[in-house]
Amino acid sequence: MMSIKAIDLDYTYGPGTAFEHHVLKHVNFEIQDGEFVGLIGHTGSGKSTLIQHLNGLIKADSGDILYHGTSIYSEGYKLRELRGRVGLVFQYPEHQLFEADVFSDVCFGPKNLGCSEEETKKRARHALSLVGMDESFYGRSPFELSGGQKRRVAIAGVLAMRPEMMILDEPTAGLDPRGRDEILNQIERLNRQHGLTILLVSHSMEDVARYVDRIMVMNHGEKVFDGPPKEVFLHYRELESMGLAAPQITYVVQGLRERGIPIDDSITTVEEARDAILSLLCTSKPHRD
Amino acid sequence: MNIIKAVNLVYDYIKRDEEDRIEEVKRAIDHVDLEIEKGSFVAVLGHNGSGKSTLAKHLNGILLPTEGTIWVSGLDTSDEEALWEVRKTAGMVFQNPDNQIIGNVVEEDVGFGPENIGVPTEEIWRRVDESLEKVGMAMYRKRSPNRLSGGQKQRVAIAGVMAMKPQCIVLDEPTAMLDPNGRKEVIRTVHDLNRAEGITVILITHYMEEVIGADRVIVMEGGSVVMDGTPREIFSSVERLKEWRLDVPQVTELAFELKKKGVALPDGILTREELIEALVPLLEHGMKGMNDVNKSN
Amino acid sequence: MIRDITIGQYYPVDSVIHRLDPRTKLFGTMIFIISLFFANSLLCYLAATVFMGAAVKLSKVPFRFIVRGLKAIVLLLLISIGFNLFLTDGEELFRIGFLRVTREGAALAFFMGMRLMYLVVGSSIMTLCTTPNQLTDGLEKSLGVLKRIGVPVHEISMMMSIALRFIPILVEETDKIMKAQMARGADFESGNLIQKAKNMIPLLVPLFVSAFRRATDLAMAMEARCYRGGEGRTKMKPLRYAPRDWTAYGICVCYLAGVIALSRL
Repeated sequence: MMSIKAIDLDYTYGPGTAFEHHVLKHVNFEIQDGEFVGLIGHTGSGKSTLIQHLNGLIKADSGDILYHGTSIYSEGYKLRELRGRVGLVFQYPEHQLFEADVFSDVCFGPKNLGCSEEETKKRARHALSLVGMDESFYGRSPFELSGGQKRRVAIAGVLAMRPEMMILDEPTAGLDPRGRDEILNQIERLNRQHGLTILLVSHSMEDVARYVDRIMVMNHGEKVFDGPPKEVFLHYRELESMGLAAPQITYVVQGLRERGIPIDDSITTVEEARDAILSLLCTSKPHRD
Repeated sequence: MNIIKAVNLVYDYIKRDEEDRIEEVKRAIDHVDLEIEKGSFVAVLGHNGSGKSTLAKHLNGILLPTEGTIWVSGLDTSDEEALWEVRKTAGMVFQNPDNQIIGNVVEEDVGFGPENIGVPTEEIWRRVDESLEKVGMAMYRKRSPNRLSGGQKQRVAIAGVMAMKPQCIVLDEPTAMLDPNGRKEVIRTVHDLNRAEGITVILITHYMEEVIGADRVIVMEGGSVVMDGTPREIFSSVERLKEWRLDVPQVTELAFELKKKGVALPDGILTREELIEALVPLLEHGMKGMNDVNKSN
Repeated sequence: MIRDITIGQYYPVDSVIHRLDPRTKLFGTMIFIISLFFANSLLCYLAATVFMGAAVKLSKVPFRFIVRGLKAIVLLLLISIGFNLFLTDGEELFRIGFLRVTREGAALAFFMGMRLMYLVVGSSIMTLCTTPNQLTDGLEKSLGVLKRIGVPVHEISMMMSIALRFIPILVEETDKIMKAQMARGADFESGNLIQKAKNMIPLLVPLFVSAFRRATDLAMAMEARCYRGGEGRTKMKPLRYAPRDWTAYGICVCYLAGVIALSRL
């Protein structure tokens, strides 16, 4: 089932001013229910603008967006409802926290959607458990928490709306390796265990290669690649010219191939590389006849 | 000569309630002894909460030790009279690019430091010109900082510190808020400064790639120094680094995984070239053996 | 991208007016405003027009930028002209329905309107030709005298300068926070006045928190660069008068004297 379909999206920022910028150029893509998609691109490639179109925060100049088959630009379409179904977590989401205590802040989303008090509390509790925060956090002020904890509260705030799809813009920005692993594992669980469709915007190729089913690459407002990580990273030279890179492993594999080693060139993770190299070495053990 | 010397450094964050009674005491630095050689490039690695940022803030007197002493170029940071000299000697670049730029125009921001220390007008202009050249931002001097990228803003911040002619620059997670290109820009700039000007660089970070080019790596955990050595030495202990939830470059991790399975690789592989050079002969030998087997069948 | 919006209307071009010391321009603008309150005849306004026209010409700023400021006061102008035109007693000129227009009313309306427009255009020239930083520097230098009575002139000037620097950043942040809350279903548009005010809390609280955080960071960065108030500070771009400034001062004084003289006729 198709969650979201973007048809020929076109958008120009600040038309007619000194800062006019054609940000999105005829972008087309589809995301299926339950998919885990990565969105990569250089700074200024249009990623942030694109994701704000998907929940109706920005309206395209031309083109259409279908959510579960219905155009979000159709007459009478309730964008607020859409935002409850397509949750968007911005970069540094902890900057949106405002309530006196964690629990109230997480209740903000469901309340806005018109849920009853009971339903709101239920959703808030569930969302907080999804990000691994127990009751001891409920009464604390969000401003007292650590950076990583604040971020989890902010993500819970969006999860509390029970979205079907989550878009996360650089959820690991500014976090240390431990924090990054925690957040990405949580997101993976949301997808694999709870069936949430995920669109992950990221700068880290290693992260993207490890977690996503499919990568879309943006370059100067256009979508230039769309496919599984193995396929996309084969174009590593073109990615470089766009200011992006492939995971470090890709370069190792290509380097080995250039020296005549017949290693599979679609390897993108450490585990795959290890297994491939080991098998190449093991099969080379001299047999006794 | 040691530019930084810390003896038995202890720092406690003390949280007080409304009546100023002590509510909570958190020990951020736990008896650290440290010496940093002039002209070296030292990276301080650790996850958030390890004490690395707290340590950085001691280096220019923003924080004063709860116990112990820290000397910058022979000056005791807790000596009030010496504080400004300390800050002239050890300049600091912070994490958030926007929140350390004062001027409305790039060249004015670089001049802010010299203005504060009473440098005469003509000399200020000389220093601003020089500093902007050294960080490669001279062509942006008349721009508003709002029109710069994150990496460019950090380079302006570095120029602003350089204009004060310090002996040492401390960078507290300068790349945490930047994209990969910005990160590369900033790290390249500080390496250039370290090599060309002989400025001591102390880089606080949690990004592994940034640490590889350092002369010395200090790993902090729970307020103490747990590892101290060259990048190669540090990255040889992959398991301990993982215990402290720190990253290793993918190449180092791959080498480690292969060694676990008995592959004869040297310790402390840091770059992809090193890994490829080490693997090729092993694989070729293996393949040759395989071809021989095939031939004999 | 929102931080591309510039504050004030500084128009960057090289002209005599641009090169004048900001203190001179502040003085000139003040003189001009004072002169407008003395002006009570067509002859006076002729003098004012000549003075202002010369300034406009010398500033090399395109006319459409100069009159942009007038757009903002269109409503005020109409109200002011209307009141004076229709509500002044005196010798009646003509009637429109129940509204009577008197000679005195017409004269008052004319002069009021002129005064307002000239006020706006006059101050526009000042902001079009002076950067916000130059303005704060100029104010700091000219109000320096007040330091003797304990007014923290330097600190106020530094505050204004920093505020100017951060306004675009905070505007952009407001937009980001608004969008983040809207993504959680917040509604900033509907509802009565009280509801709208309440709805602002999820916008204002994070904004204030952010502003405080920035202030703390900035203070630390300033101290790290040895900032300790105005004592012992030198200037990278010190304000120094040039011969053209003295000429300008002279012209301004003569102009004011002229207008006052003409107003006595």
